[in-house]
Amino acid sequence: MMKTGAEILCECLIKEGVEVIFGYPGGALLPLYDTLPKYPELRHILVRHEQGAAHAADAYARVTGKLGVCLATSGPGATNLVTGIANAYLDSVPVLAMTGQVNTYFIGKDAFQEIDITGITVPITKYNQLVLDTGDMADAVREACHVAQTGRPGPVLLDLPKDVLQNKTEFIFPEKLDLPGYKPKLFGHPAQIKKAAELINSAEKPVIIAGRGVNVSRAFDELRELAENSQIPVVTTFLGIGCFPESHILSYGWLGMHGMGYANKAVHSSDLIIAIGMRFDDRATGGTSTFAPNARIIHIDIDAAEIGKNLPADVPIVGDVKNILQVLNKQLNKREHIIWLSQLDEWRSMHPATEIREHENVLPQYIIRQIYEVTKGDAIICTDVGQHQMWAGQYFYYDKPNSFVSSGGLGTMGFGLPAAIGAKVGRPNETVWCLCGDGGFQMTVQELATMVQENLNIKIAVFNNGWLGMVRQWQELIYSKRYSATALYNPDFVKIAEAYGIQAMRVTRKLDVSHAIQRAMEHDGPFLIEFVVEPEENVYPFVPPGKIIVEFLEEPSPATIRKK
Amino acid sequence: MNRKHILIALVQDRPGVLNRVASTLRRRNFNINSIAVGSIEVPNLSRMTIVVEGDDARVEQARKQLDRIVEVIRITDITHENPVAREMAMIKVKATPQTRSEIIQIVDIFRSNIVDVSPDSLIIVVTGDQEKVDTLVELLRGFGIRELSRTGTIALPRGGAGPLTIEENRPLRHVVEHVAPEEETLPNW
Repeated sequence: MMKTGAEILCECLIKEGVEVIFGYPGGALLPLYDTLPKYPELRHILVRHEQGAAHAADAYARVTGKLGVCLATSGPGATNLVTGIANAYLDSVPVLAMTGQVNTYFIGKDAFQEIDITGITVPITKYNQLVLDTGDMADAVREACHVAQTGRPGPVLLDLPKDVLQNKTEFIFPEKLDLPGYKPKLFGHPAQIKKAAELINSAEKPVIIAGRGVNVSRAFDELRELAENSQIPVVTTFLGIGCFPESHILSYGWLGMHGMGYANKAVHSSDLIIAIGMRFDDRATGGTSTFAPNARIIHIDIDAAEIGKNLPADVPIVGDVKNILQVLNKQLNKREHIIWLSQLDEWRSMHPATEIREHENVLPQYIIRQIYEVTKGDAIICTDVGQHQMWAGQYFYYDKPNSFVSSGGLGTMGFGLPAAIGAKVGRPNETVWCLCGDGGFQMTVQELATMVQENLNIKIAVFNNGWLGMVRQWQELIYSKRYSATALYNPDFVKIAEAYGIQAMRVTRKLDVSHAIQRAMEHDGPFLIEFVVEPEENVYPFVPPGKIIVEFLEEPSPATIRKK
Repeated sequence: MNRKHILIALVQDRPGVLNRVASTLRRRNFNINSIAVGSIEVPNLSRMTIVVEGDDARVEQARKQLDRIVEVIRITDITHENPVAREMAMIKVKATPQTRSEIIQIVDIFRSNIVDVSPDSLIIVVTGDQEKVDTLVELLRGFGIRELSRTGTIALPRGGAGPLTIEENRPLRHVVEHVAPEEETLPNW
């Protein structure tokens, strides 16, 4: 049957299991927007800025494990997606970005709203394609969806000229695809796995560093079996948070610049690192030449290009984490590591990174702990970027996979609010909390309207300290308190929420914190709380740049604070 | 140790592939000495020969990143396999009646060819490894080079089946079947 390019696109998306599209229309996309209502299976969510669409699709993909889809028109619409695509690229999130494009006969002529978006996104997509013929549409969509979701996931982009969407052709769904250059390696090399097993069986101070790859591969049970069977402590990366239950006795927090002191010490002192689905990011390792000097490294990752990139691996295993752990677990002996684990427990009591000191003002850490208490930990936490993001990682305990949604690799301010929208759309039955600083919240504040229009029951906490807190902290600690361009004039966040039709309240006293959170939870609909918090609070532990991860600064004791 | 590396790649003949390859190398801060692309015996495929300078580990890292590109089917570093590497250059050199015979002598010594003669210049075509071409260019510089065009290196590994050999028992096809998406299942902790 003859169908238009837009119809073929919609039918292919439905076959790929797509249910939601976050998008924003425009001239080049008119044929597609004219077609969308014919396919009620595809729920379109109208955002207020294309960046919001990309972030929402990103978070949707993270919490559901499915493909996130965003859509923007040509030119400015497409360039507005770029930040969101880059965010998904650095955190390996399967996102299909679709952009409108001018008619094929205008391409290359600097037509109105024409931009070379496939050229722009080459370094930040796993794959992209300008579809030049309606007959190529079905293959292009199939290829893009396949590449985005397999191997190491990542964003892909399809650029769709207006006439390609309009023209008609015979539609045959391509059951088979031919991608000769794309063969993700799924199973680890048996000899390498055997070597890894030998190292694990003989290690005295092993530690697991589990990253987002465990989430992606859904290797939760396999990881747990590995840890429990051989009694190996589990440290996660920042993006690995939640892939191993944090209340588990073998969970030792997450490592890195603001990671738990005991996690950093465990990794630094280990004799064997089992790195699973992680990439030794500089925020996790500190200086690589001094990282874990006595440890041998088993590096498991599906992306061969990650192995040896930042740190040399003694035993590299390329493949899917779940498959590899299944084989590996069968070759491991039961171990106890009593001395090693008791050493770790001692460090944990020496560096209680998640204790909250007494303070008359509202401490942001206290708020996050109260959200944990009120929700009993049963919530999806979406954060923005900055100090509150680190505290959200430290003071909330994540026992469920994919319950912590945060921009790790790119560190995109403005991610939080649209991410919460994506998360709530993906998992409507879960409680979703959006945590934002006063800086990042204002970068994508327009998405409050999306939230109201789609009637999304999201709870928002804005941490108002009147500063760009993380930058201010660096200026305080590293630039001798020369505060340059970090003080913020802020609007009345309560009035802003109310202007969008969202109930809101302001909390300035510690004793109101818990009550406000409860009120937000009881309210049926979106709710915003502006917390006026201690302005010059710092995130600790803090590994200054270039230092070894065990050279972390800890929160100064109350006595030294008073002297100051 | 920095040295020249010769990478050969089999790629799908699609728009944007060269851009992707160059972009990946640029991002890793490599200076591309030369890049040569041409079609091969199999339709819709091209072969690239890329010459870059860098230490072994950095080049290997870049090779792995290039291998990640969806349109790149295979890519190998043949530097250590003693490959046969050649390039071609066309040199337009000034030639007066006084210098012409001397130039012709040099051309003969280098077993190169004169493919065009004008009253005041000659076009010389030379094929050989990079050193030979460099030497000839240096020798001709004294006569006055008007234009110079080099192809960049192309290379083949010696002996039987090379790493990019396409044989019937090593199929290129990688067919992906459509699988209906499954529901997310979370662990039952």
